[in-house]
Amino acid sequence: MNARPAPVELPPLPVIDPGTTADLIVAFIRSQMAQTGFARLVVALSGGVDSATVAFLATRAVGAENLLAVRLPYRASSADSETDALRVVQALGCPTGIVDITPMVDPLLALMGDAQEGDALDAAAQVRRGNVMARQRMIVLYDKSVEFDGLVAGTSNKSEALLGYGTQYGDMAAALMPIGDLYKTQLRAVAEHLGVPAEIVAKPPSADLWPGQTDEGELGRTYEDLDRTLFALVDRRWTVDRCVAAGLEADLVEWVAARVARMEYKRQMPPVAKISLRTPGIDHLYPRRRPGSRRAT
Amino acid sequence: MEVRIALAQLAPHLGELDANLELVTARLAEATADGADIVVFPELALTGYLLQDLVPEVAIRADDPRLLGIGADAPDVMVAVGFVEETRTRRFCNSVALLRGGRLIGLHRKVYLPTYGLFDEGRFTRAGHQIRATEVGDPLHKVGLSVCEDFWHPFLPMLQVQDGALLLINVAAGPARAPGSAAGLAAIGGWHKMQETYALLGTVAIAFCNRVGNEEGLTFWGGSRLLGPDGSVLAEAPLYEEAMVMGVLETDDLRMQRYNLPVVGDERLELVRREVDRIIADRAGIAPPPDQASDGEGDAPAVPAARQPEREVEPA
Repeated sequence: MNARPAPVELPPLPVIDPGTTADLIVAFIRSQMAQTGFARLVVALSGGVDSATVAFLATRAVGAENLLAVRLPYRASSADSETDALRVVQALGCPTGIVDITPMVDPLLALMGDAQEGDALDAAAQVRRGNVMARQRMIVLYDKSVEFDGLVAGTSNKSEALLGYGTQYGDMAAALMPIGDLYKTQLRAVAEHLGVPAEIVAKPPSADLWPGQTDEGELGRTYEDLDRTLFALVDRRWTVDRCVAAGLEADLVEWVAARVARMEYKRQMPPVAKISLRTPGIDHLYPRRRPGSRRAT
Repeated sequence: MEVRIALAQLAPHLGELDANLELVTARLAEATADGADIVVFPELALTGYLLQDLVPEVAIRADDPRLLGIGADAPDVMVAVGFVEETRTRRFCNSVALLRGGRLIGLHRKVYLPTYGLFDEGRFTRAGHQIRATEVGDPLHKVGLSVCEDFWHPFLPMLQVQDGALLLINVAAGPARAPGSAAGLAAIGGWHKMQETYALLGTVAIAFCNRVGNEEGLTFWGGSRLLGPDGSVLAEAPLYEEAMVMGVLETDDLRMQRYNLPVVGDERLELVRREVDRIIADRAGIAPPPDQASDGEGDAPAVPAARQPEREVEPA
């Protein structure tokens, strides 16, 4: 009678209506295009669900002919990634291009004296390799964006952004972030609604930086657990104690809470030392798109 | 008597006064061609919402000819439109003008500037200091103007009702949160409940015009509504899309509703005032007004010391 019953249900996943969400994101993209004076978009297509979803949303917003899907494989990338990226291109009928980043990445890593493939890589070396690849992709993507005259649509989602699971100035670099406020589990629902090929929605998420890598393996948790926890901590502002009392594992909740706090720096512009009367970002505050900011046509 | 009220649910261009003047003028022409007596535009329809430091660049005076020119050629049509107002003392306010035939007949400066969560209005605009209803003549007598967040403070619309308003006009720029989720629907549901409750308790018609479109990452949700004085919905615009909807307010219905449910006329403002004065004095730590607590049944029982409310001095 005095014993508290164990909670039978974990805190919920953040459920959304994928149709409404997709419509709003499409309207967001169109508004960004109108405000910047651009008509085209560029997206790096990895074969995963995030970039596939962005490509589908972009196609709805600007039309397939105005989307350039760039495939940027490294020699260690999985063959499935390329197959799945081509599935998306085929489904959408958008222009595409491929640039193998291996001849850029490998000499750079050699030059930096980094451990090469085959060596046992320690965690720091793994991270450095991953960052180099992500930033190399960014360089190619931004160059393609000038050639194609498009804006770079980012593919980061909310789960990644909160956990800081991304490379600054690498995959996190973009002109706009269509899916930046969607948790991974919400994103899958939107992807299904948009008709992203089922194989892509179903496969384990991976940064594909080395063979066999998966997000969930690397993070040590499933996205379901992560999203449940993030939704409780971030959106509902629950305390760690309350999350644990509601049935989430203490290890998980503490790890997520600490990680969200530690990665705050990745979600903000760097702080500027305030010297003058008026400082960009502190008291020089304007909407990003305003009269005069649209490029000349 | 029928009053035809149009709600022009549009998406203003951020920071582009001239473009928005054109947009408002064009929509107004459509609405008047359809026979509207009153046309309501959203909050900051002339400027867009997320202005930040653009505020002084788009601010205009309430006697600016560009503002007064809106609807000047339709002498019988009333137009409510939101804009950034620069006052005579160079305060920058989020205001709504009520115009008729080239004249400013009413003006309300947003009193409650949301500065929490995703809102940062108090940083860039200053609050209004007046809550009044505006004389408009028969058949509506007076209209109460307010801007978005003002409606989350029930004293404001209820004061306007007591001041004689038969119609409350709320212009809004409501950003959607958690769209397409239960929480998002609940947020819109909150607005609906509030409007229906004010209409019912104030036996007053309500014209709510909310903008649509995107600014930066925000999506404005629209869903503009016209409510009759019993809380019934007379017209409703879709969510998220530009639209012009018109509804007909039958003032005979308003008349009979006020006869059937005479709560507005029965209000005891002197009691409200006394208790409000007492609460204000208590919070501010100033001398309370003289005890007027007699209710004709002898002295009110003394309040035990322990039950005296704590004095909490709030910052000005």
